[in-house]
Amino acid sequence: MTISLPALLSQLLLGLVNGSFYAILSLGLAVIFGLLNVINFAHGALFMMGAIVTWMAMNYWDISYWVMLVAAPLIVGVFGVLIERLLLRWIYKLDHLYGLLLTLGLTLLIEGAFRSAYGVSGLSYDTPDALTGATDMGFMMLPNYRAWVVVASLVVCFATWFLIEKTRIGAYLRAGTENPRLVEAFGVNVPLMITLTYGFGVALAALAGVLAAPVIQVSPLMGQNLIIVVFAVVVIGGMGSIMGSILTGLGLGVIEGLTKVFYPEASSTVVFIIMAVVLLIRPAGLFGKEK
Amino acid sequence: MSKSSWGYLLLLLALVAAPFVGAYPVFMMKLLCFALFASAFNLLLGYTGLLSFGHAAFLGGSAYIAGHAMKVWGFTPEVGLVLGTATGALLGWLFGLLAIRRQGIYFAMITLALAQMVFFVALQAKFTGGEDGLQGVPRGSLFGVLPLQSDLTMYFVTLVIVVAAFALIVRTIHSPFGQVLKGIKENEPRAISLGYDTHRFKLLAFVLSAALAGLAGSLKTLVLGFATLTDVHWTASGGVILMTLVGGLGTLSGPLVGAAVVILLENKIGEMGHGLASLTGIEWFTTLGESVTMVTGLIFVVCVLAFRRGIMGEIIAFLQRTRKA
Repeated sequence: MTISLPALLSQLLLGLVNGSFYAILSLGLAVIFGLLNVINFAHGALFMMGAIVTWMAMNYWDISYWVMLVAAPLIVGVFGVLIERLLLRWIYKLDHLYGLLLTLGLTLLIEGAFRSAYGVSGLSYDTPDALTGATDMGFMMLPNYRAWVVVASLVVCFATWFLIEKTRIGAYLRAGTENPRLVEAFGVNVPLMITLTYGFGVALAALAGVLAAPVIQVSPLMGQNLIIVVFAVVVIGGMGSIMGSILTGLGLGVIEGLTKVFYPEASSTVVFIIMAVVLLIRPAGLFGKEK
Repeated sequence: MSKSSWGYLLLLLALVAAPFVGAYPVFMMKLLCFALFASAFNLLLGYTGLLSFGHAAFLGGSAYIAGHAMKVWGFTPEVGLVLGTATGALLGWLFGLLAIRRQGIYFAMITLALAQMVFFVALQAKFTGGEDGLQGVPRGSLFGVLPLQSDLTMYFVTLVIVVAAFALIVRTIHSPFGQVLKGIKENEPRAISLGYDTHRFKLLAFVLSAALAGLAGSLKTLVLGFATLTDVHWTASGGVILMTLVGGLGTLSGPLVGAAVVILLENKIGEMGHGLASLTGIEWFTTLGESVTMVTGLIFVVCVLAFRRGIMGEIIAFLQRTRKA
């Protein structure tokens, strides 16, 4: 079979775009799980909230994309802080599964609320003027917005990596993941750290939502299928390492993109198949350590 | 006879009498199928401590296979049910082999991801009918002699099958095998140190639970005459978790009660919303009544935060308190 180079490259780019979202989302899940021991099922719903809040702001109040790029994560981050303070903090001492079930309930609540307001059909908003059009690279047309998404996501991912691995705050965070009681004994306000970590993690999800909206349609259900793929990404990569999450996310996005070119029927299942293979060969995940 | 045996006897009598006192047989059969589904799930979560987030794959996958066998291959109902159950067992074995390699929260994520894969296969495969689902599955005649077209006959066949399957679950839980499962749930390292191959026990429990979920799925297809994507969607896995949680994790009767509550709620939620809205004058209740998703979410949140023992769990705890006092 013959595949044209531009088609291949454009799918590759689309794969990178999706991979960036996987990377940001799995990063957030890993950071939250590390400190809270909660698998945040609501991550997909909060990703969706980031996109819809942006759509609402642009549609009703004519606020620009660039403002929302900062404002939407802040709004959703504050929402996350409320979730953590009001609900999640009651269940830390319980079995992990209750965290999953509680956030599953939240997901249904959030998605249901937006669904009764906006229905399930897709809303759309325009790509910001500065990023419309495409650049001719000679061998392919590079859509500016997609290039922007990849670059912005990579910057966010590496900034997060730097924050966690190389700064003092990150050191507290890693220590808190290892042994929260000891860190608390040193005078660090661990409950505050937990709250802010959750807020930060969901703000990342919302940021991915804002970035994603012009590429994939905005709808109350947009986070639903994505979160399950991200779970598979997390299982494949293991939640032990930040860099591992980033690389796994991007890599799987690219593989999915390539599958769309060579064997489109499998494009929606390829990530799950890879997960099964990884579980057989390396049960702890590519970058994980078995606890 | 113990108190709970009397309880089950009364329940059985009520179920036998139900169609004669005005209960709608098709609705009752749907309820029975979900009660079986939830009991099968509870065998795993409540008695083995494994949270499977992929049981929709067993329910839905078996529903398709059983439906296809009866509609296209023209098999009699009992063969359809057996094939459906076998499909559940096979899928459960495959899922189990992979998921048991990881513990705790990963187990839930892996089963969810694998079930999503089954969903996509069902969406794309030709024989499932994609978005339309598999429609018009004939009920046929049981063993080729007992026609199931009458809802009343079908109801009693369903009742016999579900009661038998439930008895099997009860027997399993009280058997030495069930005791080992409970031991694994309480303290897996200790079970290992006592010499039990816990992986094998977990896998066997998983296969059994998946097979029974498969039986529930194929029975549902036989009763209703169709299999659709709703049954393989992850929300069905979430639904069965909710039924078990509401009814009471790790109690035998909990899933039965939970399934009844959740199914009734799904059917009556609109009316309840209107009722509450007109009673309190708060319009918001109507909106809530129109969204099953939101109500389901709300119940999840409330159950996890304040009602973890579930209905039957609370009742049992209450009875124990009064006995001591």
